[in-house]
Amino acid sequence: MSEELIPDISEEDKKRLEMGGIELDESNRSGSFIQTDQHIHHSESKIEGIEMLPIDIALKKYDWLKEKFWNIVDRDKDEYTRFVAKREEEEGPRGFAVIARKGSKNIFPLQSCLFMQKSEVQTVHNIIVAEEGAELHLITGCTSSIGRKEGTHYGITETYVGKNALVSNTMIHTWGENIRVLPRSGTVVEENGTFLSNYVSMNPVGYVQMYPVANLVGKNSVARFNSVIIAHEGSELDMGQGALLNAEGACAEIISRLITTGGKAISRSRIVGAADGTKGHIECKGLILKDGTIHAVPEIEGQLTNTEISHEAAVGKIARDEIEYLMARGLNEEEATATIIRGFLDVKINGLPDSLQKKIDAVINAAESGF
Amino acid sequence: MIIICRQITRKTGEWNMLNIENLHVEIDGKEVLHGVSLAIGDGETHVLMGPNGSGKTTLLRTIMGFSGYKITEGKIYFKGRDITEVPLDERARYGMGMMFQRPPTLSGLKLGKLLNAVANCSPESIGRFGERMKMSDFMGRDVNAGFSGGEIKRSEILQLLVQNPDFIMLDEPESGVDLENIALIGKSIATLLEKDRHIVHRNKSGLIITHTGYILDYIEADAGHMLCNGEIKCHGNPREILKLIQEKGYGECIRCQKN
Repeated sequence: MSEELIPDISEEDKKRLEMGGIELDESNRSGSFIQTDQHIHHSESKIEGIEMLPIDIALKKYDWLKEKFWNIVDRDKDEYTRFVAKREEEEGPRGFAVIARKGSKNIFPLQSCLFMQKSEVQTVHNIIVAEEGAELHLITGCTSSIGRKEGTHYGITETYVGKNALVSNTMIHTWGENIRVLPRSGTVVEENGTFLSNYVSMNPVGYVQMYPVANLVGKNSVARFNSVIIAHEGSELDMGQGALLNAEGACAEIISRLITTGGKAISRSRIVGAADGTKGHIECKGLILKDGTIHAVPEIEGQLTNTEISHEAAVGKIARDEIEYLMARGLNEEEATATIIRGFLDVKINGLPDSLQKKIDAVINAAESGF
Repeated sequence: MIIICRQITRKTGEWNMLNIENLHVEIDGKEVLHGVSLAIGDGETHVLMGPNGSGKTTLLRTIMGFSGYKITEGKIYFKGRDITEVPLDERARYGMGMMFQRPPTLSGLKLGKLLNAVANCSPESIGRFGERMKMSDFMGRDVNAGFSGGEIKRSEILQLLVQNPDFIMLDEPESGVDLENIALIGKSIATLLEKDRHIVHRNKSGLIITHTGYILDYIEADAGHMLCNGEIKCHGNPREILKLIQEKGYGECIRCQKN
């Protein structure tokens, strides 16, 4: 099965893909999309009512999808979006479209694997559509081959969460040390819709810069962003998350856990309360294990009386009294430190299926050896 | 590293659980304990009393080996071994345990996970101890996060029950605990100290800081020590010392020149 999903892949790279949440035998998965460089090997959903198609095929198949293409993300936003748009004109778009029809549901996630192997620049453009009442779980593993020392990944993702629908997108990045990653993502959430975005990056990476924004346009819609990041020496991660509370009762939560072991991690977050009865909360905690930078930039903006937005941020080292508390129970200093870090990174996400939460836990646990 | 202590318990002829000789301790360059000596035999429970700021917690934390408590003079012997220079975690693994008065909150670390990590007993026993301490519902909660005063004490004792140390230090076990919880906590401490075993077979020892003496209703203490201004002023029957404090206050001890 694995040979079918990705041909010509080394054992080492297989392991890297697995770290990124990709099950090459598709166990516990409802379907897969696999793109190596600009080549799409595989695109299939096994769930009735949910389609997973290469974006170019989907755009030909469904006229209505064209309106959703470059709709949330502006193609003239910056040089990266323009680069992707230009390449799409020349070579045709790459990436996937997932369409979850009204009332459809997957418990095991669909997986999408964006793998950089040989080419210098990978571009993808994804569209995710969850129609009314659909529940869609997606895991995206972005990985570069062990042999790929340099390169750039541009990813456009536009997500449409319909009325009463739920979309969870869990992204696990396993890039190489000199890879530059520039995703450009946006989401629109309608009435009673829920959008969950989870981002995990535990490995060294060259440079990541992203600022996905969820626009909550439907009454009582919800967006939750969780990110867990380790900035290794030589890595720079400039992460942002934004939520615009534009409809009555909308709420958003942005939770970040950052660790530096010598690299630079920036956590920008912004919640704007622009409608009645809206609520938002930002929580950013940073641990400096070795001299490096953690820079938290929380922004909260309220535009009317009936909105409530708050933030808390803390950056520092592990408290000595916490380590000694565990040492007094018999753990040695290394065990005590690792236990506290594991706890620090432990972010439980509401609404996520067990298999996905377990994968996130496993990725975080696997990283602990580096402390 | 092991240096055998010369002092031997008079009662049993074996090594003392704990011997402290002329201990001087500094915090931030300021001497807080001025030559404290103390001996606790196997199976004995001692009570440490004294006014606020007299150095009781400092003494316990120094015995346990926390950072920030600098021993400038004197020795600590534990089960016959000189542990003055031994690190905190090694003391714990060697059989020392402590109940914290104000333990830190460990965000993300579940109580159940912590118990598994520190247990010297089977998972079934952890479950049984958890039920006994009425903490079964807390196993999935972050350690000490949002715990009430009584819950913190129950969690601390539960951790000690699974850790099963030979020598237990308790820093004000009854503070902040309601009447219902105090019986549970008192009886559980008695279990920790093997008070249910015949005195001949009792091996576990304890050192308890108490202001109120409520805990003495559940645990018969063998001796009491009065600590004032970093010096032990007297040793004696704990109830007698307590009665003296209740009648005359600590002023009497502070003025007392005999030590």
